[in-house]
Amino acid sequence: MTAILFYILSAICIISSILMIFHKNAMYSVLFLLICFFSVAGLYVMLNAQFLAIVHIIVYAGAIMVLFLYVIMFLNMSTPITIRKSKLVMGIAVFTGSSLCFVLVTALWATNFGQNPAIVNQDIGLASTLGKVLFNEFLIPFEVSSVLFLSSMVGIVIFNKKEQKDE
Amino acid sequence: MNDISQLQDQLRLVPLEHYVFLCILLFCIGLTGVLLRRNMINVFLSIELMLNSINLLAVAFSVYYNDPNAQAFVFFIMVVAAAEVAVGLAMLVMIYRNVQTVDINALNNLKW
Repeated sequence: MTAILFYILSAICIISSILMIFHKNAMYSVLFLLICFFSVAGLYVMLNAQFLAIVHIIVYAGAIMVLFLYVIMFLNMSTPITIRKSKLVMGIAVFTGSSLCFVLVTALWATNFGQNPAIVNQDIGLASTLGKVLFNEFLIPFEVSSVLFLSSMVGIVIFNKKEQKDE
Repeated sequence: MNDISQLQDQLRLVPLEHYVFLCILLFCIGLTGVLLRRNMINVFLSIELMLNSINLLAVAFSVYYNDPNAQAFVFFIMVVAAAEVAVGLAMLVMIYRNVQTVDINALNNLKW
């Protein structure tokens, strides 16, 4: 049953991401990517990583996708894009992606990843376990990431402030 | 007890290779999107997709090899992705205000 669920979720993920790439309207691309993110969150839940599933939904579906949608609405993307990429460049792009996929799959096809674990530690993805890891071993990177957020916030404010001065 | 046996059944049914191949496929779709699209927003979306495939791979390996450190790494990747998207979209809005387009082919002033 759970194996079927895995294949259904991965099929939804792959199909929606392919539709995301090839759709012309940017708004629909964002919505397709949202579907893909929700199915990835389902895969996290199936892997028993509840904390990351919730963080994934909050950060990606809740923050990043809303940001994208606001920017698309703000820019009013109905203005036509004049310069077109040639068919040759598009063909080369698809060829590059598929050949990278081919290389990676053939390289990893015969790899033995070891037997699946007989005993699984069930609370590996819970918030308590991850909190202990995050605040003991990764305390300094955690604090540095807060500085990263602060600096990105300052950078965004400076970007848009300069723009107003120039006008 | 029931949950533990369910998780073990699931891990036995879905081999780790399938997660690896799913992530490879998602990463290559994201790469194709970066190369294919000329809209800057679509390029950002494809980069997000590639980051997500890496996250999924790390979580799968962390569960199968019983190591919570990988999930902490995934947390940091999410942090960096959020900061990157915020800065990138701010740059995109600024570029749109200046040159009235988000086409990456029109932004070739730094080409030579």
